[in-house]
Amino acid sequence: MIKLILDYLGGYLGFLRGSIQDLLPIILVIAFFQVVILQKPIPNLGQLLVGALLVVIGLALFIRGLQISLFPLGDAMAHAFTRKGSVLWLLLFAFFLGFGTTVAEPALIAVAGEAAKVAAVGGMIEYTEASMDDYAFWLRLTVAFSVGLAIAVGVMRIIKGWPLHYLIIGGYLGVVIMTAFAPEEIIGIAFDSGGVTTSTITVPLVTALGVGLASSIKGRNPMTDGFGLIAFASLTPIMFVMIFGMVI
Amino acid sequence: MGLFDHIINVLLDTIRDVIPIMSVIIGFQVLVIKKPLPNLGVIIKGFILVILGLAFFLVGLQEALFPLGKLMAEQLTDPAFIHGTVVDPAQAINWHEYMWVYIFAAATGFATTIAEPALKAVALKASDVSGGTVSVRGLRVTVAIGVSVGVALGTHRIVVGAPLHYYIIIGYLVVIVQTFFAPKSIIAVAYDSGGVTTSTVTVPLLAALGLGLASTIPGRNPVIDGFGLIAFAALFPIISVMGYAQLGQWRYRKQMKKLGKQRQESKHGSDK
Repeated sequence: MIKLILDYLGGYLGFLRGSIQDLLPIILVIAFFQVVILQKPIPNLGQLLVGALLVVIGLALFIRGLQISLFPLGDAMAHAFTRKGSVLWLLLFAFFLGFGTTVAEPALIAVAGEAAKVAAVGGMIEYTEASMDDYAFWLRLTVAFSVGLAIAVGVMRIIKGWPLHYLIIGGYLGVVIMTAFAPEEIIGIAFDSGGVTTSTITVPLVTALGVGLASSIKGRNPMTDGFGLIAFASLTPIMFVMIFGMVI
Repeated sequence: MGLFDHIINVLLDTIRDVIPIMSVIIGFQVLVIKKPLPNLGVIIKGFILVILGLAFFLVGLQEALFPLGKLMAEQLTDPAFIHGTVVDPAQAINWHEYMWVYIFAAATGFATTIAEPALKAVALKASDVSGGTVSVRGLRVTVAIGVSVGVALGTHRIVVGAPLHYYIIIGYLVVIVQTFFAPKSIIAVAYDSGGVTTSTVTVPLLAALGLGLASTIPGRNPVIDGFGLIAFAALFPIISVMGYAQLGQWRYRKQMKKLGKQRQESKHGSDK
């Protein structure tokens, strides 16, 4: 395993340089504010340097890995499904990909727990462990379902060639209208769950799937039709969580 | 907890996160597609790199950058730092006293977005698909500028205590109007970039900043205000990416017009 890491780091110094550039702004911001504005020494400098080194190596490995693995994988699955020609299986795959990657997402579990507390304090549900756990569980299922639905609808859009902006604008209008009516406590959580659903591994895979589909279906443009799955996946949880907040 | 234990723990967590994705892919590959994947060896190797990379990345963030970032957010939002002295909470809040908080928010938003791996993935793909018309760095910097403007405005909102939904509603209306005028090819990428900015690096630091602000300013609710910043970070990149494309289009048209004029003038010149 160590040999594998060294192989890639040694062979791809460019990736390492790229990830140093990616991290540099953060280091500069921290140094500037800590030393110049707050006028305090940087605490645990050694630990900070070790952390920064890990971030740089991690980013380099991740980017290399997604280029040789996640991108080709999403692409290959897209082509395989197009050759198979079964829309139903493709939609099911899209749904499960969205549902499966979201339901176990740690950030979502955290947000759902937080939301249950807010709901209990606000008197929407009983302030007991059981009812809070129940609330958090159903909220998680709601979000995961909405992401699965989003990827499936997004894939359907690519197949049919529906214009993205009408769907997204419709969605945004829905969000805007709902924001005006939903209980205020749920709004922040709704928007937050829109953000947490698109995890770092899901994004490259789903992007590659969309672009792969758009380039293997005749008459679709990868640029205008291939992207947009992530947009769906971050839009529907906002709507569904607000509905969830209004219903419960 | 030692560094090594931390790495192992995060590695196990990452593997656990990947299991649902793997099982969906393997399940469909074996039961539905029924054909072996091309280059299976390389894909497995790449998957290992992705998992290892993500684990190192997360450990590095958690060991060093997050604690320090959160500490700084607390210090910057500390009333003693902002007002110079400890003031009584009854005193009115001057929003311009928080200038360093806005600048910190903008700088953090920008810097964390540049380091966001999911955004890099989308940018790589967009550059690839557009044949280089959309550059990897250009897209990432544009998105980062959007995030930084968004969170600066978001922190200002927390300080003055304006209702979140006005900002959200106006922001989305701007996005809708822009959609009709922006070049068609950028719209999908712009929408996607709104979703990827609020990820691994950005969310924890912004949440800390929002919570720090909301808990030191009297009358703010940490739950509502802490979360709100993330909504800003997701909304503004859409505006900035479409705006950047519109700017490019506008400059292109102006140049074409100028070129056309010049051509006409030189035609007239040769006629004489």
